[in-house]
Amino acid sequence: MTPLRVSIAAAIASVLLLLVVFELIRSRRLRERYALLWLLTGVVLLVLSLWRGGLNTIAGWFGVSGYPPAILFATGMLFILLVLLHYSTVISRLSDQSTILAQRLALLEERLRHSETRGPQ
Amino acid sequence: MTQGLDGLRRVAIVPAYNEEGAVARVIDELRAFDPGLEVVVVDDGSSDGTAEAARAGGARVLQLPFNLGIGGAVQTGFRYAWEHDFDLAVRLDGDGQHDPAELGALLEPILAGTADVVVGSRFAAQSDGYRSSRTRRVGIRLLAWIVSALTRQRLTDPTSGFQAANRLGIRLFAADYPHDYPEVEAAVMVFKHELRMCEVPVAMRARESGRSSITALQSVYYMVKVSLAMVVALFRRKAVPFQ
Repeated sequence: MTPLRVSIAAAIASVLLLLVVFELIRSRRLRERYALLWLLTGVVLLVLSLWRGGLNTIAGWFGVSGYPPAILFATGMLFILLVLLHYSTVISRLSDQSTILAQRLALLEERLRHSETRGPQ
Repeated sequence: MTQGLDGLRRVAIVPAYNEEGAVARVIDELRAFDPGLEVVVVDDGSSDGTAEAARAGGARVLQLPFNLGIGGAVQTGFRYAWEHDFDLAVRLDGDGQHDPAELGALLEPILAGTADVVVGSRFAAQSDGYRSSRTRRVGIRLLAWIVSALTRQRLTDPTSGFQAANRLGIRLFAADYPHDYPEVEAAVMVFKHELRMCEVPVAMRARESGRSSITALQSVYYMVKVSLAMVVALFRRKAVPFQ
C-alpha cells in the first residue's frame, strides 16, 4: 500500500499545479488550448494520489505492487513527455508561420519599393 | 546566350547571405549571359551591405527581415517567380561558385522540354577542377546513392544548388520547399510530384569570398537530418500548389 504521507504530498502537489495553471489562465498568461494538457495532468495525478486502492491495483498490473507510488512518477513523466511533444509541434508551426511572414514581407517590400521608384502613373 | 529564350519570361534567383563582396560580379555575369534575365537577389538577413551592393548592380532585392536559412531564402525567390508569372527560373548562389556561363547547358533540357527541373552536377562529368575535402565528397556520394535509390534515377550531385526550373518546377517550389539543407530533399519532392528531373555536368568555381554554410562539425548533423528528411518526404502528402 502507498504510504499515507506520499498520498498527501502528491495530492497537495497536484492541487498546487491545478491552482497555478488556473491562475495563469485567469490572468491571460496561458491560453486555454495550451493549458488543457496541464489541467489533465493535474487531475489525473490528483485522482491517483487520492484513490489509494486504485493506485494499488494499477501498480499490481504493472508488477510494481511493492512500491505503488512508482505509478505516480511514471504517470507524471508520461504527461510531461506529452506536453513537451505538444510544444515541439507548436514551435514547429510557429517557425513555419514566421518563415512565411518573413517571405511575404520581403515580397511586399520589394513591390512597394518598385512602385515608389516608378512613381505614380 | 542560348537559342529559344526569346519570348520566355526568365528570372535568376540568387540567395545571398553576407556576400557584399561577391554578389555584384554574379549579377554582372548573369547580365552578360542574358541581358533579358531578371536578377532577383534574396538577401537572407545579411548584416553587411549585400542588399545595397545588389541594388547598385541593378538587381531586384528581396530583403528578408531575419535569416531564414538557404531553403527559406530560395523559396522566397520561387514565390517571387510564381507571383510575377515567370516561365523559367534559374537558381545560383550569391558567392560566385556557380558560373553563369554554364547556364546555357543548364537550361537546355528545359528549353527542349525534356525536364522540369535541372541540376548542375559537379560530378556527372569525369574531368573537372572542382576541389572539395574528401569527407565532403564521401558524404555527397553517400547522399547521391540514397537519393538515387529513392527516386530510382541516377543522381550524382544532390547537394548542388545550381538549378533551373520551368513553370511546373517554379509552382512546386513556391508552394513547398524544404528548410535547412534543401537540395537533397527537393530532389525527392520533385520525384514524388512526378516532375521530370535531370542533371547536366557543370564546372564550379572555388568560392570568391565568405565561407561555406556547412562546417565540418555540422556535416554529421547534416547527413542525419537530410537522410531523415528524404525518407519522410516519401511518405508525405503532396504539396498544395499555388493557384
